[in-house]
Amino acid sequence: MSDESIKKFMYMNRKAPYGTIYALEALEVVLIGAAFDQDVSLAFLDDGVFQLTEGQNTDGIGVKNFSPAFRALGDYDVNKLYVEKESLEARGLAESDLMELVWEDEDDDWAEKPSIKVVSRDELKAIMGDQDVIMSF
Amino acid sequence: MSILHTVNKSPFQKGDLSSCLAHANAEDAVLLIEDGVYGAIAGTDAANEIAAANTNIYVLGGDLAARGIASEKVAQGVNVIEYDGFVDLVTEHKAVNSWL
Amino acid sequence: MKIGVVVNEGPYTHQASDSAYQFTKAALAKGHEITRVFFYHDGVNNGTRLTVPPQDDRNIQQRWTELQKEHELDLVLCIAAAQRRGILDENEAKRQGKDADNVAEGFRISGLGQLIEAGIQSDRLVTFGD
Repeated sequence: MSDESIKKFMYMNRKAPYGTIYALEALEVVLIGAAFDQDVSLAFLDDGVFQLTEGQNTDGIGVKNFSPAFRALGDYDVNKLYVEKESLEARGLAESDLMELVWEDEDDDWAEKPSIKVVSRDELKAIMGDQDVIMSF
Repeated sequence: MSILHTVNKSPFQKGDLSSCLAHANAEDAVLLIEDGVYGAIAGTDAANEIAAANTNIYVLGGDLAARGIASEKVAQGVNVIEYDGFVDLVTEHKAVNSWL
Repeated sequence: MKIGVVVNEGPYTHQASDSAYQFTKAALAKGHEITRVFFYHDGVNNGTRLTVPPQDDRNIQQRWTELQKEHELDLVLCIAAAQRRGILDENEAKRQGKDADNVAEGFRISGLGQLIEAGIQSDRLVTFGD
C-alpha cells in the first residue's frame, strides 16, 4: 500500500450530458485510465449530477445514449463516484433519480455494493483536497 | 495539502466562481484567468462572495489589462500576478483544479 | 518540476490554447520541464496544418510548432478526439482510407493513455479549457 507510483486521480464532472461532449469524452478518459491502476474517484457536482440520471432515452434526438457505459465502471475497479448532495437538491433530484451503479467487492465474497456515494459539499471539499491529480473537462 | 483552483469564466454569466469558492479550503488559492478576471472587480456581488470566502484569491494581470480593467478597479484582497506567478502557484500547491 | 499541460479547446474560439501556450512558455522560462502538452476535445484542432489565420494576429498552430521545436516538447493530439473531428496524420489517413491528412509539424497523434501517463509522471497537471 506504500507504492509511491499510485496517485489519487479525481475526475471532475460538472457539466450536463448531451448538450456538450464533455461528459462523454470525460467518461472515455476514465475507462482508459482504469487500466493504469491508480486510485480513481469521480466527482459529480453542479450540472455534472445530471450525467447519472436513470432512464436516459436519446431516441428522439438521434445521438448515442452513453449512460450504459457508467455501468461498466464497476468492472474496471472504478467504484468511487461521489455525487454532491447540494448539487442534487438544487436541481430537484434525489439519489433515487440516479442510476443504480454497483461493483463487486472481491474482498467481501463478491458482494455487490453501490458505487455512487452521495456526499455533502464539505465532505467533497475534503476529498478534493486529498487528491494528487485532478482532471477537468 | 492545498489546491490551486482556476476560474476562467465571468461570474456574471456563469456560476463557476461561486461553485469554486464554495469548494475552496482556507489554505487553497483561487486564480482568476481569461474571462474569470471580471470576478476581481470591486463593488460587485462577486467581490462580496470573494471577500466572504476564506481563501487566497489571485487574478492574472495580463487578462485584466487586455479587458481594460485598471488595477484601481481590482477588489481589495485580490492579488494581481502575471504568468510567472501563475507558474509559482502551480508549484506551491499540490494539485490544480480547473473549474471549466 | 515536471508539469503536464492539457488543452481542451481549439484555437481562436476559446482563449484556452493561448493561455496554455503562455503558461507553458512561462514554466519553461522558469526552468521547469513540460512533460507533455496533451490536446483533448476540440483541442485537437490546434494541430491542423491547414489553418490560414489573419496575418495581423497570432498564428496559434505555428506558435505551438515553433515552441515544440525550440524546446523539444511532446505535443500530443488524442486519437479518439482527433478521429471524431477529422484530424488525421498520414498513417491514420491511410488506415482509415481517407484522401488527405492534416496534422501540423510538431504534433503527434496518440491514445488517451498518454494523458493518464502525463498525470502519473508529472508533478503537476494544469488544464485549460472552457
